[in-house]
Amino acid sequence: MSGAGDREAVFPTRQSLGVMKAKLKGAETGHSLLKRKSEALTKRFREITRRIDEAKRKMGRVMQIASLSLAEVTYAVGGNIGYQIQESAKSARFRIRARQENVSGVLLPAFEAYLTEGNNDFAMTGLGKGGQQVQRCRETYARAVEALVELASLQTAFVILDEVIKVVNRRVNAIEHVIIPRTENTIKYINSELDELDREEFYRLKKVASKKQRDTAATDAEVKSKKDRLAALEEETGSNGPADLLAAEEDEDVIF
Amino acid sequence: MASQADYRDRQFLAVIGDEDSVTGLLLAGIGHVTPPPDNQKNFLVVDAKTDTAAIEAAFDRFTSERKDIGIVLINQHVADRIRNRIDTYTQAFPAVLEIPSKDHPYDPEKDSVLRRVRRLFGE
Repeated sequence: MSGAGDREAVFPTRQSLGVMKAKLKGAETGHSLLKRKSEALTKRFREITRRIDEAKRKMGRVMQIASLSLAEVTYAVGGNIGYQIQESAKSARFRIRARQENVSGVLLPAFEAYLTEGNNDFAMTGLGKGGQQVQRCRETYARAVEALVELASLQTAFVILDEVIKVVNRRVNAIEHVIIPRTENTIKYINSELDELDREEFYRLKKVASKKQRDTAATDAEVKSKKDRLAALEEETGSNGPADLLAAEEDEDVIF
Repeated sequence: MASQADYRDRQFLAVIGDEDSVTGLLLAGIGHVTPPPDNQKNFLVVDAKTDTAAIEAAFDRFTSERKDIGIVLINQHVADRIRNRIDTYTQAFPAVLEIPSKDHPYDPEKDSVLRRVRRLFGE
């Protein structure tokens, strides 16, 4: 990847380099956590789909048995009881309740069937004849509905898990393919800019050093030439060398 | 996604189906009529004469209007008549469940959820 790739708009300073490095580390941790979550959910999801498949098949069988027992009722009662039943239905005896189950932080609802006590809308159904068949039919259908409720809770879990897995996978992919590369790019960019600055600084220092050296050399040369000139001048004026104090001519007497 | 309060009070099942299925399920005790004044039933009997609009209206009432229904049971051949509605229905609550009827054997290929299962696993 080139330095011109996608990166965040930051100033290339050491501080933002530190921030970016922390961010990269965070993104990597988050990625691995989310990945694990997604795997756990997918495992659960596969289990649920398998159970749905089984439950659907079971439902087919159970419903077949139930409709057979209804046919028995129709035969025994000797007429269609559908209308009577539809009219006498008042209050549900068979109700459901929702529970929650926690799978890796996802709340999955599960339905639970229960029977309310003490209301029976169909006390009169089959009173004349076929009461036994009606009773049996009710039990069969109650079992069928229980199977249906179980299937419904599986299906609800399926729908919710499907949604959640999609979201989690989207996050995993976003971190893997967008955030991490971009942060890495930014780090690369900051590093290259900092190197560039380092090189510039180094070059500048070298330049300054060489200038200084040149200046010193020039001053040295000047001093040296001055000294030389002075020496030459001295040589010219007094070639007798330094005056000997003792050998000097007599001083005049000092009178106080 | 469903909020917590959304499914706490969902305690009934609803049925849309032919007369035999509805009768059987009512016998099991799922039938419920809300107290007057509105007298809403939680079941709908569909026969050849029922028009599709009525089925759709009932489906909408059970799935979106009423907040006390947790599961909607619908006969598969009835579901076929409003297949488009069923396939585009994606909410978790209430759960829509296609059930076989006496005259129409169950076909897993048509079930919207099973089709999704198949698609996900590439079968």
